[in-house]
Amino acid sequence: MKIVVLVKHVPDAQFDRHLNGEGFTTDRDESILSELDEYALEAALQLAEARGGSKAGNQVIALSMGPAGAVNAIKKSLQIGATEGVHLTDDALAGSDAAATSLALAAAVRHLGDVDLVITGMASTDGETSLVPAQLAERLGLPQVTFASSLEVDGGRLTARRDADTSSETVEATLPAVVSVTDQINEPRYPNFKGIIAAKRKSITTLSLADIGVDPAQVGFSGSWTTVTNAEQRPPRTAGTIITDEGDAGIKLVDFLAAQKLL
Amino acid sequence: MAKVLVFIDNPGASLKKSSLELLTLARSLGESAVALNGELSDGVAAAFGEYGVGTVIRPSTDDLDDFLVAPKAAYLAAAAEAAGAGIVLLDNSPEGKEIAARLGIRLNAGVITDVVAVDADGTGHKSVLAGSYNTACKATTPVSVLTLKANNVTPEPAAAPTTPEAATVEVPAGSSTAAARITAREQKVATGRPDLTDARIVVAGGRGMDGDFGPVEELADALGAAVGASRAATDAGWISHDAQVGQTGKTVSPQLYISAGISGAIQQKAGMQTSKVIVAINKDAESPVFEIADFGIVGDVFDVLPQAAAEIKKRKG
Repeated sequence: MKIVVLVKHVPDAQFDRHLNGEGFTTDRDESILSELDEYALEAALQLAEARGGSKAGNQVIALSMGPAGAVNAIKKSLQIGATEGVHLTDDALAGSDAAATSLALAAAVRHLGDVDLVITGMASTDGETSLVPAQLAERLGLPQVTFASSLEVDGGRLTARRDADTSSETVEATLPAVVSVTDQINEPRYPNFKGIIAAKRKSITTLSLADIGVDPAQVGFSGSWTTVTNAEQRPPRTAGTIITDEGDAGIKLVDFLAAQKLL
Repeated sequence: MAKVLVFIDNPGASLKKSSLELLTLARSLGESAVALNGELSDGVAAAFGEYGVGTVIRPSTDDLDDFLVAPKAAYLAAAAEAAGAGIVLLDNSPEGKEIAARLGIRLNAGVITDVVAVDADGTGHKSVLAGSYNTACKATTPVSVLTLKANNVTPEPAAAPTTPEAATVEVPAGSSTAAARITAREQKVATGRPDLTDARIVVAGGRGMDGDFGPVEELADALGAAVGASRAATDAGWISHDAQVGQTGKTVSPQLYISAGISGAIQQKAGMQTSKVIVAINKDAESPVFEIADFGIVGDVFDVLPQAAAEIKKRKG
């Protein structure tokens, strides 16, 4: 199988995150591989391993679009077990919204040839819109199987489970397909020492917009269909009254709710 | 005047509050029409009139529910073109956002998700990076697609009710050929409590509940609240994953969020810190949740929650 996993280099949510860049874009210092993408990578590795792994010709390609630093998300993916990396990078991509991002990623996936599956996380942990997987499927004309909490592939067919609030669904599609997976699908592995050493020998291909045949005007700020016109930092929440229970804290809680007119 | 199309998917016997919010917002932005999927019951038809809907569009086929997202987006794109819509509004559920995503590609339209308010010019307001920024976004395309978070608009019937016209739109041929098929659907057992994302009050439990969500549920029921949970509690299997609040679960912004036995790591905070009032109960005084709580109690959840539930029942009589 040839599986492409989309990985994103995102600001680490453990620190304060800021929209300091041009056009209110995200400050990408202190960035890491998006936590939700680790589930996508794990799902891909499990599918490849069940088919004999890389020795049997299975490929798990970590594809990331982003500035120079995004190569770190690819390196981490290679340490975890991806077989090769592809870094789509071009100054003209800066400021791309979901529509422009999906256009560039669709072209990159086509450039990689006969791909069986494109697997993504359920959302990026920075933009958090969940738009890109669906838009990628629409642009590639492939079946979309999103928010999968289980995934099985048998021959040219895949079966997945989707859990919504009021119902659970079983979904079937033919390959090739675009799949996004939730954090319920597996327990992602950590890179081990062997993996970290092996990653040094794996190749990372760098692609520009010219390489994938995309006109710079179709992406970045100019090619995006949405624009951020303003961004304001919310004042941080401040701590209020903290009490220690002396046997009547439940009553005091109800007094507080009554005073706030919340009963 | 702008034409605004609202997508309403399988409303059943009556419109949900979030659908009424969409119709109210649509009317404030221009002439509203509805693209419906599923049965049109008498109750829903009457509500469309009360909320001033001009036209109710329905698809030419009844098999859209057999497929995932793609054919619904194809239908909605055809409906938007037929209605001449400049703005398309959907709910902010995972499926609503995905239909919006594909609709955007089909209509060459900018998509803005997680919107809490929309200006007359189509600018959407939203909160990003786990509630640390408020942003204003605008589509630069002739059509804008926006998904509206629940609980941000007060539903209000129109001053002058309408008698909506009926229209049918042809679902584009081939729109289900490359779509994933839904082969089985299992309904989940209804809890009788409000939906977590729509609820006015949420009571959430975490690791500190130590396997027993009884006190959380008892307080939630006394308050008429929804039950939420931290990832630690859902991963432990103490409560359904549907209840998870946080970065990888649901984002809620109720009037009141009561956090019980949750330390308040950044991933949990991401899902609840835009709540109006936050109350935290935890036996560890150093828990980060106390940094953002309006009212905090350092104490044992198994003492405080039952006492509060009993006191509320007493006061409510």
